[in-house]
Amino acid sequence: MDEIDRSIINQLQRGFPICERPYEQAAKALSITEAELINRIASLLEEKILTRFGPMYQIEKAGGAFTLAAMSIPEDEFDKVADQVNQFPEIAHNYERAHKLNMWFVLGTENPSEIASTIKRIEKETGYKVFNMPKLEEFYVGLYFPV
Amino acid sequence: MSEAHSAPKLNDIQQQALKCAIQSGLPVDSRPYLTLANIIGGSEQQVITCIEEWINNGLIKRFGLVVKHHKLGYNANAMVVWNIPSHLVDEIGERIKQSGLVTLCYRRPRRLPDWNYNLFCMIHGKDRGQVLQQLNQLIKTCQLTEIEHDILFSYKQFKQCGGRFHRQHHTAPSAHCVPERKAINHG
Repeated sequence: MDEIDRSIINQLQRGFPICERPYEQAAKALSITEAELINRIASLLEEKILTRFGPMYQIEKAGGAFTLAAMSIPEDEFDKVADQVNQFPEIAHNYERAHKLNMWFVLGTENPSEIASTIKRIEKETGYKVFNMPKLEEFYVGLYFPV
Repeated sequence: MSEAHSAPKLNDIQQQALKCAIQSGLPVDSRPYLTLANIIGGSEQQVITCIEEWINNGLIKRFGLVVKHHKLGYNANAMVVWNIPSHLVDEIGERIKQSGLVTLCYRRPRRLPDWNYNLFCMIHGKDRGQVLQQLNQLIKTCQLTEIEHDILFSYKQFKQCGGRFHRQHHTAPSAHCVPERKAINHG
């Protein structure tokens, strides 16, 4: 990754033009050619430095639902339960964290009622309680990672 | 632009197909909205108008690159949780937002007796030292010394596939995420 890649990442995390030739427009602001921008984005995607290139939906507005949930899993059971939990396609990401509640994951479903049913299925499959902690209020979302 | 306003909107099925098609990523070619239009059976201008509308009405909260932050050297992330008297949550949430020191800040329910924290922040940094430094600064800037808190660093990330939620659609490529079975160590 060089200086140009870095400026691409920094600029295009903030937004991407919506017009007939968006790469050409974005490339101008970066002082490179359209073809170079396209090639570099393709490589960044290939190298998996980017997870995605496109929209981040407000999932509730799209009719779907998200929640954060936690479980307390004994250390010697952890990997097994993590495998079981991660089998569920509704799991967006899952972290082991340092706390009595040591497994934290985000569930995303196509509609709000599926959150409760998915949690029930996870509890049944694993035998452990799931603590559901849905968002009650959003103060700030600023996932911006400058490089 | 006059064409944009006279063209009929995409119908529901086309809109659904477009949502699905772009969630796996914008085409990386010089006319991405034309490519999408061809996939869903609409015009380039209809696609452009539709995406603009979704951004304006908040369905899309951000449109651009989404990075894998571990790959960019953001190797530490901590969930910092606070036990805040209910009547102060709004005020403190607002202060934390203004600070610019966190990447996310949400109010969530307590789960007593197992969990007594009601405000959740994420702090991302290059390493744990940087995260802790940022937390100290946050405590100082937002006057949080008196507030009980806990820091939950992550050990392992098992899966990350972002906020994808549309199931396979018959006219659009599948965007359903495939579980990553392998754990990634980063901590």
